[in-house]
Amino acid sequence: MENENVKISTKNVNLYYGENHALKDINLDIKTNRITAFIGPSGCGKSTYLKSLNRMNDLVPGCRITGSFLLDGEDIYADGVDTNVLRRRIGMVFQKPNPFPMSIYDNVAYGPRVHGIKSKAKLDRIVEESLIGAAVFDEVKDRLHKSALSLSGGQQQRVCIARAIAVQPEVILMDEPTSALDPVSTLKIEELMNTIKDKYTVAIVTHNMQQAARISDYTAFFLVGEMVEYGKTDDIFSRPKDKRTEDYITGRFG
Amino acid sequence: MRNTFEHKLGKLNNDLIRMGGMIEEAIASAITALRDNNNELAQSVVDNDIRVDDAEKSIESQCLSIILREQPVARDLRKVSAALKMVTDMERIADNAADIAEISLIADVSAIMHIVKEIQVMSEKVIHMVSGAVDAFVRTDITLAKTIIEDDDEVDELFISIRNKIVDLIKSESCSGEVAVDALMIVKYLERIADHAVNVCEWVEFFETGEYKNTQII
Ligand SMILES: Nc1ncnc2c1ncn2[C@@H]1O[C@H](COP(=O)(O)OP(=O)(O)OP(=O)(O)O)[C@@H](O)[C@H]1O
Ligand SMILES: [Mg+2]
Repeated sequence: MENENVKISTKNVNLYYGENHALKDINLDIKTNRITAFIGPSGCGKSTYLKSLNRMNDLVPGCRITGSFLLDGEDIYADGVDTNVLRRRIGMVFQKPNPFPMSIYDNVAYGPRVHGIKSKAKLDRIVEESLIGAAVFDEVKDRLHKSALSLSGGQQQRVCIARAIAVQPEVILMDEPTSALDPVSTLKIEELMNTIKDKYTVAIVTHNMQQAARISDYTAFFLVGEMVEYGKTDDIFSRPKDKRTEDYITGRFG
Repeated sequence: MRNTFEHKLGKLNNDLIRMGGMIEEAIASAITALRDNNNELAQSVVDNDIRVDDAEKSIESQCLSIILREQPVARDLRKVSAALKMVTDMERIADNAADIAEISLIADVSAIMHIVKEIQVMSEKVIHMVSGAVDAFVRTDITLAKTIIEDDDEVDELFISIRNKIVDLIKSESCSGEVAVDALMIVKYLERIADHAVNVCEWVEFFETGEYKNTQII
């Protein structure tokens, strides 16, 4: 599709949780510096697909994955790939906020510290910039050293986004990042995605059709483990090719 | 399933059908009024125009409310935006019918209507196009829409041949210049109505394909 670069290329991807064939022959290229939205009914495999990109499914017992996953042309699943390095390059924000049981500051500084940044001034700057970027700084700036668990769900989620961007990943995977946020914070996060997409590639799962239409450049529609349709967001939401996509996005599904 | 939404779309369809009925009747009555020099009937066409305007406003307001509340996408978005555009053409059709009725109120052109029988033929063709256009939309019948668009050529030909007949009548001094000018305006209005029917059909094509006049606009 046009002369855009491919950040992550996935081909003939099949994923099984034991007997459950959760991803069925997925072929999909995620474009560099674009926002790609993943939509589809609950249980269709959106989170599974996203997690397979930074090998979060490796930890799941009984999970079997075949097919090719290339990040900038290099095999994500090759022997010798350090998953810690991989996950720094491909960061993730989960469906449910999962702050570490430590202070807000330490949550955000965690990644940079792991990657060897020790200077307090530098860490201070990264923490502040990341929290500003995640649209939560003003709300937490006076309690940076309080536990992140003491925050509201929406605030926790934005701290998690701050934690994800603090290590400056190349790709950010977001699994329903705003489902627990109020409209103002949601818009802030959406704005954030728009501003960071010059630097990052974003893949986002959302159940909010308007959100997908608002923020994404490309949209992929999944249904029971299959990728039914993938294309420019404008096309998917104005003239979807597949009737199942049409039925889903117009709310006539099921 | 989105029952409320389906209900709103159903009402929109019904109101378009009703408005379509109103404009067909306006054209037919205007032509009958001309033929019979029936001022009462002509006046009713002029008076009823306000009902068409109200129908247009109601349909526009329904479309905007659906966009606001239902945030339609894909086919639904194309349907609502097509409806929003085509009511403008439907309203213009009714205006043209009222214009014809107004001529009937100020002049007696019944004689020329009998001499130039094609005016009646042309009006029937035009009414057929208008009702076909609205049908094509509510039934999403793109084949019908295409047929109606083609019918416009016949209307254009009729316009030219009627025009030539009127010119001949003037030359042979078989009718007054005033009546001839009125008759010419009447057929011009009919020709415009056919163009608006074509526009409606082009919105039907857009609804189905996202293309308007062969350009992808959504
Ligand atoms: N860790 C796991 N172990 C076993 N099966 C799993 C696991 N995670 C997901 N599944 C199964 O894989 C399928 C896809 O699940 P997934 O979480 O990817 O769906 P989803 O599209 O993200 O749904 P939702 O919108 O509800 O988040 C489901 O049938 C689910 O039960
Ligand atoms: Mg999920």
